[in-house]
Amino acid sequence: MHKDQPLIFELSKPGRIGYSLPELDVPEVNVNEVVPAEYIRKEAPELPEVSELDIMRHYTALSKRNHGVDSGFYPLGSCTMKYNPKINENVARFAGFAHLHPLQPEETVQGALELMYDLQEHLKEITGMDAVTLQPAAGAHGEWTGLMMIRAYHEANGDYNRTKVIVPDTAHGTNPASATVAGFETVTVKSTEEGLVDLDDLRRVVGPDTAALMLTNPNTLGLFEENILEMAEIVHAAGGKLYYDGANLNAVLSKARPGDMGFDVVHLNLHKTFTGPHGGGGPGSGPVGVKADLIPFLPKPTVEKGENGYYFDYDRPQAIGRVKPFYGNFGINVRAYTYIRSMGPDGLKAVTEYAVLNANYMMRRLAEYYDLPYNRHCKHEFVLSGKRQKKLGVRTLDIAKRLLDFGYHPPTIYFPLIVEECMMIEPTETESKETLDAFIDAMIQIAKEAEEHPEIVQEAPHTTVVKRLDETTAARKPILRYQK
Amino acid sequence: MLHRYLPMTEEDKQQMLQTIGVQSIDELFSDIPESVRFQGEYNIKPAKSEPELMKELMALAAKNADLKRYTSFLGAGVYDHYIPVIVDHVISRSEFYTAYTPYQPEISQGELQAIFEFQTMICELTGMDVANSSMYDGGTALAEAALLSAGHTKKKKVLLSKAVHPEYRDVVKTYAKGPGLEVVEIPFKNGVTDLDALQAEMNEDVACVIVQYPNFFGQIEPLKDIEPIAHAQKGMFVVASNPLALGVLTPPGAFGADIVVGDAQPFGIPTQFGGPHCGYFAVKSALMRKIPGRLVGQTTDEEGRRGFVLTLQAREQHIRRDKATSNICSNQALNALAAAVAMTALGKNGVKEMATMNIQKAHYAKEAFVNHGFEVVFTGPFFNEFVVRMNKPVVEVNQKLLEKGMIGGYDLGRDYPELQNCMLVAVTELRTKEEIDTLVKELGDCHA
Repeated sequence: MHKDQPLIFELSKPGRIGYSLPELDVPEVNVNEVVPAEYIRKEAPELPEVSELDIMRHYTALSKRNHGVDSGFYPLGSCTMKYNPKINENVARFAGFAHLHPLQPEETVQGALELMYDLQEHLKEITGMDAVTLQPAAGAHGEWTGLMMIRAYHEANGDYNRTKVIVPDTAHGTNPASATVAGFETVTVKSTEEGLVDLDDLRRVVGPDTAALMLTNPNTLGLFEENILEMAEIVHAAGGKLYYDGANLNAVLSKARPGDMGFDVVHLNLHKTFTGPHGGGGPGSGPVGVKADLIPFLPKPTVEKGENGYYFDYDRPQAIGRVKPFYGNFGINVRAYTYIRSMGPDGLKAVTEYAVLNANYMMRRLAEYYDLPYNRHCKHEFVLSGKRQKKLGVRTLDIAKRLLDFGYHPPTIYFPLIVEECMMIEPTETESKETLDAFIDAMIQIAKEAEEHPEIVQEAPHTTVVKRLDETTAARKPILRYQK
Repeated sequence: MLHRYLPMTEEDKQQMLQTIGVQSIDELFSDIPESVRFQGEYNIKPAKSEPELMKELMALAAKNADLKRYTSFLGAGVYDHYIPVIVDHVISRSEFYTAYTPYQPEISQGELQAIFEFQTMICELTGMDVANSSMYDGGTALAEAALLSAGHTKKKKVLLSKAVHPEYRDVVKTYAKGPGLEVVEIPFKNGVTDLDALQAEMNEDVACVIVQYPNFFGQIEPLKDIEPIAHAQKGMFVVASNPLALGVLTPPGAFGADIVVGDAQPFGIPTQFGGPHCGYFAVKSALMRKIPGRLVGQTTDEEGRRGFVLTLQAREQHIRRDKATSNICSNQALNALAAAVAMTALGKNGVKEMATMNIQKAHYAKEAFVNHGFEVVFTGPFFNEFVVRMNKPVVEVNQKLLEKGMIGGYDLGRDYPELQNCMLVAVTELRTKEEIDTLVKELGDCHA
């Protein structure tokens, strides 16, 4: 029998404290004398009153109700849920990184600037771009930053009519959303039956109003867009720019660089490819790399290396402005830098090779039991369709929920939108063959259950701390906070 | 190659290649055309072993003057506060930090409940109805507030007080270019938003009025007087607020703010060179379905047990794509957790006590400056920061302080030509009387 973990507010009891502040060592002033009465809070905020052990037990209990990569396999497609190295966590907590104020004099933060500069240099080489900014806080933030730069580039050329951004029908939802926030209209380009961008459709939608094409390569089906150079030519010939969504970079490290494929702007997800970690939803880090002609538009400040050390350059008249206070999610950038330095060039090459080997192995073994809509080598991830099981009354959602009983986080489901009953599986390179095999066995068992005892799958999960939750009521009558 | 993060053995590899039906891993990359195939290896630094890399990066970190070794009077939106030790123990639980967005609620109840509690705490502090699960930081949260206001009111003009953090203002201006909003900056008078100037710019085209509370100079903005101006012509009232200050100050919600945003960094989050911090975003219930980002809601499972889910997702990019209310996807969940743990540890009494202590120490410091003949530039009520005029550039003054092991306040001349030689001094609960006295003594001959 599973028990609820009470809310921390329900554990509260007046008279308990969980903090330790120093005694006041200055003469006390009466707050009423220095702050006008109407600006002094009348009712205290209802925050919990609990002891330190209460807090630790509460959050330990909550952590046990949560699945992370360290808990078990997490093949969530397009999210690159690889192992999060522990050295990263230690390094990010060094006082000389964790306890720096962003506005300290530059001469007191040379070590931090050196790390940022060197990370930029590494990312330039990895992406094949000419400059990198570390300012964006996450992937979607990077997308928007890149699009704002493309917009500024066109406007600097006196070109104000490029109002459209083209995205494939397989694109991440953030792509069209970022285009909207950057003030563009989104145009969708179709995929072929082979799962690649339809070049004829691209030729149809591209034109003098095209600001950019956003592309993920390999795409969200896990397939490499092999016509990439032709696509680049089509977009560039029309005067547009090519944007690379780096969510799937783990598939091509040392194999193909966005800069060599004709991309003008790239964002990376350091929390994915470069072991951020994911933090339960963030913080991430979304650096953006650009080709030379877009450098003037990078957000300011940039980090530069001069004769007397490293410095921030604010004197950038064509910059799009600031996209974030200060300089990005430095703490995440420290982790990514530590990871890159732990792997080196041969290590990063092996990362991609094993990520791709693992995905292809799983795909081949599962193809017998689930529908494989795109039967060709995949890159770091692949999609299956549950349409065979759907005919038996078992939906992909049911399969995902049944996987929970085996201790796995399910794949990304119902995305990309063009695949019916889609499951998008990304094993990553840090998983052992034993883990992959055990997961495959579970998937095979579920496929058999769908045929023989569909109710087992339909009623799953059976072992989790809660069963399926009523999301409809949650949205219709939202309860978004605790109230006594 | 052998690497501690890569478990495949040569034997594993051969078996897997056989299953796939290829001779080599290279064949799996045959779909990448030769013309774009990268040859060889990256020209980057070679890998280092764990102990070697630890040593190198420890030395790199030691090149920086960190706040554990230096006494800091620098604030300006990022503060050196007491971080309960327990915070790092909680966020180091890898069930939290190695998970991602809780898409599968049955195995993410821990994260979901923690965020639900965070949302509640933010509502309590700000006096608002609904808070989301976090934004990147205070600056981008403020920019999204401007966008939300414009979208909701269908108006295009944003009145932004110049007493708002300069970097926040820069971010608002960058975001405003997307939908083509006009941002008009409102001057300040004696350190707070100039109400006459605000009134003069106010008209029916204004989507929102944005002020900060306490503002960039530490001054307590007269929200009571600003609110009627903001609302007179159906604009929205947006307040950026330091949540710690709200342990003592009347919450913006009580003054009729429509949107309250800010950064929860003062609660349990290290300064870490400016990020990651933790933006928060709170609204009145009328805006619930327009708020950006993730929301956690309470519900029940099939057996009637309480549980938590991501909810109202029809606002979000993965459902609505180009019609979403924001493009935000990854947020600052782990830092929201850190802030929740810190707010829990401080609790109802501690938040007030810590906020009050900031007021006490900052006022003691202000008096000490006044007693040493310094001009304190603004005379209104303030929280934990105030402005002092020097007789020389702040850069020079700070250089001298650095030699004494102190990091001085923020040089306001960087952003405000009229405040050349003016230093924004922050005094938190961590600064001792002795440190404050030393600061004033060392600055002794710098008064204007």
